[in-house]
Amino acid sequence: MLLLILKRIGLGLITLFIVSLITFVGVEVLPGDACTTYLEREAYGAALDACIKRLGLDVPAYERYLDWALNVVRGDFGYSLSGEMPINEVLGPRVKNSLVLASVSILIGIPLAIVLGIITALWRDKLPDIMISTVTIFSMTIPEFISATLLILIVAIWLGWLPGIVILPSDATFFELLSNIILPVVAISMIMTAHMARMVRSSVIQVMSSDYVQMAILKGVPYWKMVFRHVLPNALLPAINVVALTIAWLLGGVVVTEVVFNYPGLGRLVIESISNRDLPVVQALAIILASIYVGINLIADLMTLMLNPRLKSLQIRK
Amino acid sequence: MNEIIESVKNLSIGFNSQKGKQISILRNVSTDIKKGETVGIVGESGSGKSTLALAMMGYIKQGLFPLNGECLFKSEDLLKMSSRQLEKIRGRKIAMIPQNAGQALTPNLKIGYQIDEALRLHTDLNKLERDKKISELLNKVRLPSPETMAFRYPHELSGGQQQRVAVAMALAGKPDLLLLDEPTTGLDVTTQAHVLELLRIIAKDTGTSMIYVSHDLGAIAQVSDRIVVMYAGEIVLEGPARKILKEPIHPYTYGLLKSIPKLSLAGLPASMPGSQPQPGSIKEGCSFYDRCNLATDHCEKNSPDLKYIKELDTSVRCFNHKELINQNNNLQTSITKKSSNSEVIEVLKLKDVSISYAKQKFFDQLLNKISDQNPTVKDININIKKGETIALVGESGSGKSTILKSIAGLLKTKDGQIKFENNRILSSDLKMRNPNDLRAIQLIFQNPDESLNPNHTVEQILSQPLKLYFNLSGEELKKNIIDLLKKVRLGEFYMSRYPRQLSGGEKQRVAVARAFAAKPDIILCDEVTSALDVSVQAAVLNLLQQLKEDLGTTYVFVSHDLAVVRAISDRVAVLYQGRLCEIGPSQNVYKFPSHPYTEVLLGAVLEPDPDIKPKLVAEDIVEEKPPEKGCSFQGRCPRKIGDICNSEVPPWQIGENGNAIRCHINIDELASLQQ
Repeated sequence: MLLLILKRIGLGLITLFIVSLITFVGVEVLPGDACTTYLEREAYGAALDACIKRLGLDVPAYERYLDWALNVVRGDFGYSLSGEMPINEVLGPRVKNSLVLASVSILIGIPLAIVLGIITALWRDKLPDIMISTVTIFSMTIPEFISATLLILIVAIWLGWLPGIVILPSDATFFELLSNIILPVVAISMIMTAHMARMVRSSVIQVMSSDYVQMAILKGVPYWKMVFRHVLPNALLPAINVVALTIAWLLGGVVVTEVVFNYPGLGRLVIESISNRDLPVVQALAIILASIYVGINLIADLMTLMLNPRLKSLQIRK
Repeated sequence: MNEIIESVKNLSIGFNSQKGKQISILRNVSTDIKKGETVGIVGESGSGKSTLALAMMGYIKQGLFPLNGECLFKSEDLLKMSSRQLEKIRGRKIAMIPQNAGQALTPNLKIGYQIDEALRLHTDLNKLERDKKISELLNKVRLPSPETMAFRYPHELSGGQQQRVAVAMALAGKPDLLLLDEPTTGLDVTTQAHVLELLRIIAKDTGTSMIYVSHDLGAIAQVSDRIVVMYAGEIVLEGPARKILKEPIHPYTYGLLKSIPKLSLAGLPASMPGSQPQPGSIKEGCSFYDRCNLATDHCEKNSPDLKYIKELDTSVRCFNHKELINQNNNLQTSITKKSSNSEVIEVLKLKDVSISYAKQKFFDQLLNKISDQNPTVKDININIKKGETIALVGESGSGKSTILKSIAGLLKTKDGQIKFENNRILSSDLKMRNPNDLRAIQLIFQNPDESLNPNHTVEQILSQPLKLYFNLSGEELKKNIIDLLKKVRLGEFYMSRYPRQLSGGEKQRVAVARAFAAKPDIILCDEVTSALDVSVQAAVLNLLQQLKEDLGTTYVFVSHDLAVVRAISDRVAVLYQGRLCEIGPSQNVYKFPSHPYTEVLLGAVLEPDPDIKPKLVAEDIVEEKPPEKGCSFQGRCPRKIGDICNSEVPPWQIGENGNAIRCHINIDELASLQQ
């Protein structure tokens, strides 16, 4: 088991290495470099030379990659061009903000999705299912920029209950953020919850029609006991991976929602640094987002392994 | 003893069709279960037998509902009870043993927990007493090391062990009535016989009534006191087991018994024409009219009632049943096969073939080498003659299908050669074979549902080999397809049908036609009748034999069913753990002296005759891997003589009947031991 975990971590690290290579090479083969893109029309003469010197672009590419990679491993992403400050300082508050938004959405959205999925499955084709399913399909199909805009229109402008956009600086404290993130959280949860609830529903329905559930009924197991002991553990296992992907998607920044609500998270940083041609930041973000995906999927796989006795003994036997 | 436990009265169960019509699956079924009695409910798939059994626990599958009638358990109607009341009865008064225990045990819960759950629900025992009871129950169903078994997960047990756990779970609540829904279907021959034996002992010891539902008259014959025969949702015959099996007075039961291949008969069983009507397509008159050879005009318009005949203690639903009284001698007949060509041309030779499933190590992969000292299949030497039917028999894990896949080129061999026609070596890699070799060897799969593309019409399915191998098109292609359909006795109108519009037997006929479309020399048949009902099985076997006699094809026939093999094959090879045990002409393999494994297999066959009891001579242990050295059967052999069996591979001995046996015991001594 330990060997397996180590193997998976090793594979994850290899993935990250490849991602770092691809981003580095990608930046390298593009016409121009960080300085020419950043300086634009002023990219000539002394200014360009100074920039090249400052960023160390005059040394060969592989040396720069090694240097950069080593620094990344040490936790130093380098220097932002547009902000004129260390990337770590740019990233810090953005990561925190994205974490706040993601964790609040996760805490609300995932339990809600599971509960709704179970309700719709157990009352399949009855009134609760028809009502909830209609709503979920509806919120799945509306794109988030429309639902977010509608939310602002209704809640912020017509009713005036909550601020429409976030006008806080990116280093605002958690409590300052809280009242501001209600609308973004609602907009995100609508889509996320709908997708996951549909998935949980079909998984539960599938397990409910299995032979072992029929057997449990014929054994005289009371309904709710059967649901909790025989159905849910088996139905929710496949959901773990979907939940993991959703979490990674949330942490990676929900670009559209962040832009609509002007929320200072990672997603907006991606857009900003691309439009500012801040290549070092783009590189740093690529590595961070890849790490989030790799890490969370790793955790999800290990959890599935632990919880599914079938996979567990299969792996141990190997 | 005559106290009635459960009584089904006039029960009909049905569903609403998409057109809003009410369609019944069960039609006016009435029967009584007495205390201590075992009732066998027999019928082919779609006869409503499982629906009836589940209704007897007050359980109606989703989508179905009772139309009329009642299920009285101790004079209370189960169908009118609330789910609260049913929970008190299920598992405590009536318990169920499911068909496929592997799927009926919850995968995330340990065996011990699942039995404990039943104990907690249905007894007042405390934790300590329950723990004791669990190992007692596991012991009772004769599971090895019951102490550790409780801590295992269902997937860690073999099929037979899972079924035993299901039995233990059903016994936990000390029920008055046990419902068994095909409890041995899907198990190996020897395991099946052992589970049946266990059930018989339990019924005798506890005095529990049992309802045994099965399509297998062989299994039913071993356990039942009384038999109910179902056809198209109705009871057509009901009476004492011996009477039903020995003197069936309903033409359906009569035909069914005749279509079962028997060990004692060499030829092919007689088949019944047609197939069971689907629910909803049942017309007025007798539902068996289309397939009945006793039918008169009267039967077409009038449906017979279930009539009790006092002197036979039997109820029968047939106007003309009197014609069948005293016809029982005819049951023991079969159709003799034409013997195959006497010319001895060997078309296919397997020489020292070994096959391994072991994963290649990285370096071996580079060197294209398989390093496995103990391969799944080892040292197979078989020479197959032109025009013969050679059968490979053995339980699951015997390597019979593996060998078939290798001949087909789907699985690489580790060692040895497969030689085709004139000693030409056939590559074990499909991509290296020339198109003519590919055409010459065709495969028919076990399950036509999975081997026929559901999105293709029969015409498309059959035209593919014709286009591929013979480049046919247009009128010629069509003519060939019609010819093929005619060969497998299907009409021209089947061309536009999709597989889902065909019955199981028709689908397998299409699969047979597809194989013959390539005009092959050899057809590999992988359990081709296992998924079919008995009456359909007989028809497919007859069809295969007829085609062979007409076209001179060679069959390699893989099956776990010794009676089927007896019926169709000229020669039989018995395999255990991927090693040959015995090979010879089939009439001799089925006679003593036999390899001890063949003896075990033959003893475990269930015959539809209450007087022929299976002989259980070896434990039904499941071995995961063949032994490293010595005889492959050493672990289970009832005639093991000592260390030599563990250390040395036994030599081949040729008996006077021409069958070769691989055993350390002298063949003459085996003969006298087995008398």
